[in-house]
Amino acid sequence: MSITDWFKARESKRYTETSTDRTKAATDVPDGVWQKCPSCKAIVYQGELDANFQVCGKCSHHFDIPGPARIALLVDEGSFEETDAHLRSADPLKWQAGKSYADALERARDKTGLDEAALTGRATIGGHPVVIGAMDFRFIGASMGSVVGEKVTRAFELGLAERRAVVLAIASGGARMQEGMLSLMQMAKTSAAAQRFAEAGLPYISILTNPTLGGVTASFATLADIILAEPGALVGFTGPRVIEQTIRQSLPKGFQTSEFLLEHGMVDEVVPRDELAERVRLLLDYVTAGGER
Amino acid sequence: MEFERPLVELEEKLAELRRLDVAEHPDLAAEIEALAAEVATLHAEVYQNLTPWQRVQISRHPDRPKTDDYIAALFDDVVQLHGDRTFGDDEAIFAGLGTLGTQRVVLLGHRKGRSTKENIRRNFGSPQAEGFRKARRVMQLADKFRLPIVSFLDTPGAHPGIEAEERGQAWAIAENLATLSALRVPVVAVGIGEGGSGGALAIGFGDRLIMLENAYYSISTPEACASILLKDASKACDVAGCLKLTARDLVELGIADEVVPEPLGGAHRDPQPMFEAVANAVSRALGQLGGRDGEALAEARYERLRRIGEYS
Repeated sequence: MSITDWFKARESKRYTETSTDRTKAATDVPDGVWQKCPSCKAIVYQGELDANFQVCGKCSHHFDIPGPARIALLVDEGSFEETDAHLRSADPLKWQAGKSYADALERARDKTGLDEAALTGRATIGGHPVVIGAMDFRFIGASMGSVVGEKVTRAFELGLAERRAVVLAIASGGARMQEGMLSLMQMAKTSAAAQRFAEAGLPYISILTNPTLGGVTASFATLADIILAEPGALVGFTGPRVIEQTIRQSLPKGFQTSEFLLEHGMVDEVVPRDELAERVRLLLDYVTAGGER
Repeated sequence: MEFERPLVELEEKLAELRRLDVAEHPDLAAEIEALAAEVATLHAEVYQNLTPWQRVQISRHPDRPKTDDYIAALFDDVVQLHGDRTFGDDEAIFAGLGTLGTQRVVLLGHRKGRSTKENIRRNFGSPQAEGFRKARRVMQLADKFRLPIVSFLDTPGAHPGIEAEERGQAWAIAENLATLSALRVPVVAVGIGEGGSGGALAIGFGDRLIMLENAYYSISTPEACASILLKDASKACDVAGCLKLTARDLVELGIADEVVPEPLGGAHRDPQPMFEAVANAVSRALGQLGGRDGEALAEARYERLRRIGEYS
């Protein structure tokens, strides 16, 4: 083996798993008693997944979970009180290219029982009052249009008004194409709200889950004081397929995973799902209570 | 450009006829006149009814005036400031100081090149994370020394590549958005060409957004949008209209404040009056914002962003 081949081989082993197919795998998890793990291909019993935070017992692959389940996983039981639940996207551009946006919204509402891709509300975590938010990838890829942008902005404003910490569990394909520039401007709007919140000296913790991409990564998701990521999550600005098409070369193994980001200094910690709630509680102890224990 | 072809053909015919000695062909004089009239009509027809996709093509015209041209034409005593102090100096972003009339400002802009060589150095106007970080450094400098910011937008988008991801492209853009939103000095953004996605937004919003008539500003390039939603980048011309990305669309959406008309056929046809029109628009905007208190400016900018979005 030449030294360059050795480097190539080493490069390909640097990260734990390949990222390119994970967004697809994420979207077609079947409902049923048995599930096939998209990572190790093992057939796993749904009851076992339910008991294990939707994490594969064989390979620790973290299955995507819906927004409401994500919130239940993080907050003190029974403490969640949803805010702005019924904000609904308009169809400002009357989008018809490809599929009609109005139809896509209708289908997403039917499928998820949610009005939009983001859920927000008041809750407590280990007794700490917080504003909690989660995004649901089943709802048009948890993309950010006017409503997601508005709910995230209001979450920061509520946190500011009531001096609560903000904890957001993020998943998103990026800004929502079908609302055009109105979606792009939500990046600026949510970032402005996060900035005001930060200037008031209040803590914001974000949790990046699979996948977090595009305009959401490039706005409020990464403006947190502490950024956590779930193992193996795909996180980046440009999606891997677009990068591959642009640079016409295949991507190194494990590119844009949480572990890759940790190695490049972009996230504070990679935390397995079963430890997340406890980790967030501990961090809140540090950032809300001052130095004296 | 494809849609200009019938016009160019007619113009060539007309030029040919004019080269003939009219004295030798007195019968042609009337015909020349008729043809000239036809050219004028077609000219107006082509350029006054441009489709969104045609405007996108004009915004990318290789001869279109670029950030460097506007800076050279509008500003005196220009000083370029280099580097992000962390990794490198991204030539896809211009950062510096300049004086417009009597107003000293901090300058930002995406830089496309004139030649292929220059374009390769500047990555065709697509910044890396270090470019955005250089811009942010200079934004903070503007805030510290109470200088307004004038920013010229002309990028297809932030660079999509391995190194960009490794160095936190998304993180760099997000920090710019947060920083821009809270600056205590006036920020005037000018869309001069392409306004592609987060890469444009990272230096591209403020207290005023001035758009040149054929500039566009969009959630993504029409090609990327077509590729994502229709799985076919060649359908860009179809989605360009849906995206509501033209200067006038943006005013209607409440995102841009003003459209600066371009010379017929685009800014490249007659750059001098274009420079003057942009200078006037920027001066006017700076004049309106000039007397305001920093806190009031930041508050108004927040409210401006706060209003954007449609829902029930």
